Amino acid sequence: MNPIVPGSYIPTQYLPVLIFMIIAFAFGLVTLMIGTFFRLKRSYREKLTPYESGNPPIGEPRQQFNVRFYIIAMLFVIFDVEAVFMYPWALVYDKIGVYALTEMLLFIGVLVVGYVYAWKKEAFEWD
Amino acid sequence: MSLNFDLIMPFIFILVKIAIVIGVTMLHVMYCTYFERKVIGHMQVRLGPMRVGPHGLLQPLADGLKLFFKEDIIPTESDKAVFKLAPIIFTFAAMSSLAVIPFYNGFVVANINIGLLYILAMSSLGAYGVVMAGWSSNSKFSFLGGLRSSAQVISYEVAMGMSLIGVMLLAGSLNLSEIVKAQQQHWYGMYLIPQCVGYFVFLTAAFAETNRTPFDLPEAESELVAGYFVEYSGFRFALYFVSEYIGMIVMSSMAVVCFWGGWTLPPFITNAIPALLLIPGLIIFLAKVYFHIFLFYWVRATVPRYRYDQLMALGWKVLLPLALINIVVTSIVKFLVA
Repeated sequence: MNPIVPGSYIPTQYLPVLIFMIIAFAFGLVTLMIGTFFRLKRSYREKLTPYESGNPPIGEPRQQFNVRFYIIAMLFVIFDVEAVFMYPWALVYDKIGVYALTEMLLFIGVLVVGYVYAWKKEAFEWD
Repeated sequence: MSLNFDLIMPFIFILVKIAIVIGVTMLHVMYCTYFERKVIGHMQVRLGPMRVGPHGLLQPLADGLKLFFKEDIIPTESDKAVFKLAPIIFTFAAMSSLAVIPFYNGFVVANINIGLLYILAMSSLGAYGVVMAGWSSNSKFSFLGGLRSSAQVISYEVAMGMSLIGVMLLAGSLNLSEIVKAQQQHWYGMYLIPQCVGYFVFLTAAFAETNRTPFDLPEAESELVAGYFVEYSGFRFALYFVSEYIGMIVMSSMAVVCFWGGWTLPPFITNAIPALLLIPGLIIFLAKVYFHIFLFYWVRATVPRYRYDQLMALGWKVLLPLALINIVVTSIVKFLVA
């Protein structure tokens, strides 16, 4: 009858997480809003310029940056997805036994080949 | 009265729990900052804060009030909406992780069966706060700091995620309370002993994830002033500051829950001295967390900062292979034992 009452379709154990998330989001928002009533507002043009050790800012701050950052981002995507594949495997390892072991050794073997390739291609170097 | 108490009571119960967790954590954050200054002060043969209150005990309160009343500077060239949203997202990500941490037997806000995955997900969300702050500030220092920090966080997240697979293999669960209980099944009572390599990788990655020394390159004050939050002032800065300490507490709690047996003591100790069973679980849990927080300060006072290429090399060339070897060895040993 009640829309909020634990039903089979509402994962109730996650309800506290949702409430916690709302409160955590509101925490920053509300404290900042309350603060606006107490804070000083005495800004002038120089105070609102980007900080560059006291000098007037020169040039565009968003410049070209090292391509290494992109490579790191790609490596992250690859390896983090591998890690995510391993979580369910680790949880059911007891139930599957030798099949799970060989399967994952093969999987990690493939992963290591890719890892060695990335290392040889100097994807982890910063010079 | 159409109000149904059976319906409302669980909500009130949840809200009270959340209020307790957030309140206690904020108190801990305040005194974490105080003890950081005290501990590092004494390690450097200084006294640390002494002026505000006896032994400077009111210092965190004074700092908080000062930041609360400070002017809120939003640079004219910044991307205003993103600039304002970034610290709120960062706080949100750090704080939400607290929802699944079991502080003692039965006390956890949300006892969900994917607790570990949830914390990992939330700690990755924190990277958004960093990137958004670095990009929206439109300042060279915060841009470089944001880039460095995001690359560092994602690099060490791989190692951290893999270091916990050993724990998952042994416990067979992602529920943090279940992981604590699974550790009690063995005589050693904490996964620190079979998973010492995983613990080492996890702790190193935790230092990098929370941007603490020796991996505090995003805010290397000698070169980047303060990194991605240079342009933040007043309470917005305070949100970043508070969230970093919450992150530290969350990481310490995770280390305690996954590797140190949470609120329990190892059976081989409690069998020898049964009186130790009378200690409340919360006190054991907090003592272990305080030790880890102390470790953060201790390392900060001892180890010099890494260079950026060394940092990346450590993450990708040392921690990642170590974590992979740990997974392989753990699974083989578990298969042979079982």
